[in-house]
Amino acid sequence: MSAFNAIGEEREIDRDEFTPGVEPQPTWCPGCGDFGVLKSLKQALPEAGKNPEEVLTVTGIGCSGKLNSYLDTYGFHTIHGRSLPVARAAKLANPELEVIAAGGDGDGYGIGGNHFIHTARENHDMTYIVFNNEIFGLTKGQTSPTSPKGHKSKTQPSGSAKTPIRPLSQSLTAGASYVARTAAVNPNQAKEIIKEAIEHDGFAHVDFLTQCPTWNKDARQYVPYIDIQESDDYDHDVNSREEAAEIMRETEDVLNEGTVLTGRYYVDDDRPSYQQEKKAVGEMPDEPLAERYFDDDAEWERSYDLLERHK
Amino acid sequence: MSDDELIWRIAGGSGDGIDSTSQNFAKALMRSGLNVFTHRHYPSRIRGGHTYVEIRAAEREVQSRGDGYNFLLSLGDSFARNPQEEAFYGNEEIKPLSENLDELREGGVIVYDSGLISDEDVADLNLEERAEENGWHVYPVDLRGLAKEHGREVMRNTAGVGVTAALLDLDLEHIEDLMSDAMGGDVLEANLEILHDAYEMTEEDFEFEHDLRAPTGDHDTEQALLSGSNAIAYGAIDAGCRFIAGYPMTPWTDVFTILSQNFPDMGGVSEQVEDEIAAAALAVGASHAGVKSMSGSSGGGFALMSEPLGLAEMTETPLVLIESMRAGPSTGLPTKPEQSDLEFVLYTSQADSQRVVFAPGNIEEAYEQTRLAFDIAWDYQIPAIVIYDQKLSGENKNVDIEFFDREVSPDLGSTLTEDELREAAHDNSGKFKRFNYEDAEDGVSPRSIPGQKGGRYLATGNEHSPVGHINEDPDNRVAQMERRLEKLEAIRTELDEERDSTQTYFGPDEADYGIITWGSSQGAVEEAIERLNNDGHSVKGISVSDMMPFAEKEVTEFLESVDEAMVVEMNATGQFRGLIQKELGRYGDKMTSLLKFNGNPFEPGEVVEGYEVNVAEEDQQPDAQVRIEPAAGD
Ligand SMILES: Cc1ncc(C[n+]2csc(CCOP(=O)(O)OP(=O)(O)O)c2C)c(N)n1
Ligand code: SF4
Repeated sequence: MSAFNAIGEEREIDRDEFTPGVEPQPTWCPGCGDFGVLKSLKQALPEAGKNPEEVLTVTGIGCSGKLNSYLDTYGFHTIHGRSLPVARAAKLANPELEVIAAGGDGDGYGIGGNHFIHTARENHDMTYIVFNNEIFGLTKGQTSPTSPKGHKSKTQPSGSAKTPIRPLSQSLTAGASYVARTAAVNPNQAKEIIKEAIEHDGFAHVDFLTQCPTWNKDARQYVPYIDIQESDDYDHDVNSREEAAEIMRETEDVLNEGTVLTGRYYVDDDRPSYQQEKKAVGEMPDEPLAERYFDDDAEWERSYDLLERHK
Repeated sequence: MSDDELIWRIAGGSGDGIDSTSQNFAKALMRSGLNVFTHRHYPSRIRGGHTYVEIRAAEREVQSRGDGYNFLLSLGDSFARNPQEEAFYGNEEIKPLSENLDELREGGVIVYDSGLISDEDVADLNLEERAEENGWHVYPVDLRGLAKEHGREVMRNTAGVGVTAALLDLDLEHIEDLMSDAMGGDVLEANLEILHDAYEMTEEDFEFEHDLRAPTGDHDTEQALLSGSNAIAYGAIDAGCRFIAGYPMTPWTDVFTILSQNFPDMGGVSEQVEDEIAAAALAVGASHAGVKSMSGSSGGGFALMSEPLGLAEMTETPLVLIESMRAGPSTGLPTKPEQSDLEFVLYTSQADSQRVVFAPGNIEEAYEQTRLAFDIAWDYQIPAIVIYDQKLSGENKNVDIEFFDREVSPDLGSTLTEDELREAAHDNSGKFKRFNYEDAEDGVSPRSIPGQKGGRYLATGNEHSPVGHINEDPDNRVAQMERRLEKLEAIRTELDEERDSTQTYFGPDEADYGIITWGSSQGAVEEAIERLNNDGHSVKGISVSDMMPFAEKEVTEFLESVDEAMVVEMNATGQFRGLIQKELGRYGDKMTSLLKFNGNPFEPGEVVEGYEVNVAEEDQQPDAQVRIEPAAGD
């Protein structure tokens, strides 16, 4: 018998199960886009057949990082920028867990930028949702890596001299096998994309446009948007790296001018996940490592056997 | 000093095979029944530069490198030439000879490779004159030529070993065995031929005028030759660790490498990641998901780990970190030992942060305390750090095989099974009260593992309620803080009362004078104390391993029992002496420091000298690059 009976348990799952029964009420401001992410996750998880106890949500710090405080799964609210290394290790330790990492644009593209590139490069089998509100929310409105050039804030009073980061292109270049962008203002699409990301075997990066009405009133990134899968103008092949790169470039160039494309940008179902690659080279056991500790019959190799070579 | 020991130094350039040759030779001496101890000195470069390894072998136990040495095998440095005239590693060709002469004992033996070190260079060194003065015996042998005859110039190391064996009257049997185990075919053939030719040629060509012969010994039980890094890695394996994440940094890289190489066969996972923040964060993630995991680094990389360290503490995720010190600040002397990260390791991370810190002093302790660190970390859900240094990392010593014969411990400590979770406290919504403070014993509230039924909770680095919700209520804050603080006291009690002391004592039970040390300086102090007592002084010693919680009881008792004490450590600011004073709040007037921070570890003679200078109460400093910091009020 497995030590992790919640994993793979098949039953009807009500999405309310993902809502904590007792406190806490979200501390997000009224109108905050973060509610949209929470809602789409609560919808997508049961639709993907997941129950709360087989899901581990790992978040960083920021308004966004509080996601798992309001979502009743196993959760790990880590530190600013470090959700990905924590999350991917949990997945390596127990590949049967459904691991979802989430955080803000400052958290994920700024302080955690290095982890983002490397997690995408390795194509860890997990979902990564970045709440992109183009601002630091929790620290009260400073310029973030996605804020537009010229953006004025208390720490960049003359307007930012920096060109914003291009999260989609960056993720594609780094090696993510699923790259999408959705928006809190489009709940139906958001739910579908999150569900797909969860079901995808590999690193699924979702840049989730969330509005911050408190600190970023001027941001226009979410209105209007065009769903690239729905629009006839964009007859684009999601499996083509070249086409994905091209369309990302287009949208990332004009993001702050009002036309926003959302939808699936790139899907590569052929690229093996990191976990598969690691198994293939013999660096990872077939059975989940975490199971061994609960298995009384597990055979543990002792260092004593290694001493032969030291005699 | 004594004649009953051999201290063989092989010197040459990095990349010249000094390390592998010496490993083999040390093993051969061990197999011949001797106790061995190795000391490695190398510069921070890959090829060339002056490097040496010393092997000390004696019938009695050897715990340190000893003072100086009595046999020099000086190979040339054929690989790299330093183009800069003024550079420290200036004249590479004679360096392995000239650089090593200062510490060669009277009556010592020198073998140098006349194929690589020319007569002219030797003449420049005044070798003949110096040999006469010091009673040295010099044997120039064309090791390169001899190796070349068999088609492999690089095998001049083997030729050197052959010459050594002849001069010391050593049986070649063990060396041949080891070679046969390690290689085969033509390479083995060539090596064996070179070994024998060198042996015979030496016997024919020279009339031996030296007295030095290899000592003899006989072990009762089978022995293994291990380094501190091996001991830590094997300690982790036997503790049930099967996940390691790291980023290379000398000297920690050794442990990381050993585990990375062995884990695939053991069903473990090793990850080399983008930086040390990630490395420690991965260890936290794996541990959270139910695997015994660890990470580690040296000072600079450990600096980056302070964030995940605090996260592990606040979320009560068990974590073991290994910190291998080298001389600093910053990148300092990358390949030289120092004991100067103590304060850093004790206090890294913000706020009222707590962790457990063990500082093993020798190979056996490195193994045991790594196991202990895992036990404590998993039982108490607290970060545990093993701090050691470049010296302990790289030194090899023979250990009784029987010492290791014990079971792996896959015990996850204070972790519940699903059956136990069913009985555990939950809140109204069915969330597991993971951080329950109401009936936590010793400050520990048992945890669940993601994927277990009935164990749902949130782990967060923010202050949190029993189910893990972020919570800023003052009463909850105080209750949670107090519960977490309780752990260290409970650990102190466990270490004091339930476990064998990790402190090590030397010398007689009663003595006037005390020497206190920690970590890898232990061996030199042990030997110094033996010598001092043999010379009629009254000295005893303690080597402390429990840094946090501090070995308060043992150190107090020790200090109370002596009139005066000297604290021996490898750093410039007396960090350990400072810790004693901080923890005990007194004894500032009783303790003198003997400090060394030139990149080389203490030799026992330096500790003896430090004692003599200090006790003679003369206002002077010892000769070597060793410093005395007087007691407060002195
Ligand atoms: C190491 C560290 N640096 C700085 C902070 C302070 N901090 C908290 S949240 C945050 C920025 C959050 O911005 P973002 O990631 O965009 O998330 P949002 O709040 O907008 O959702 C910062 C800088 C911190 N907690 N840790
Ligand atoms: S500050 Fe902005 S991001 Fe944070 S909760 Fe308020 S609206 Fe949302």
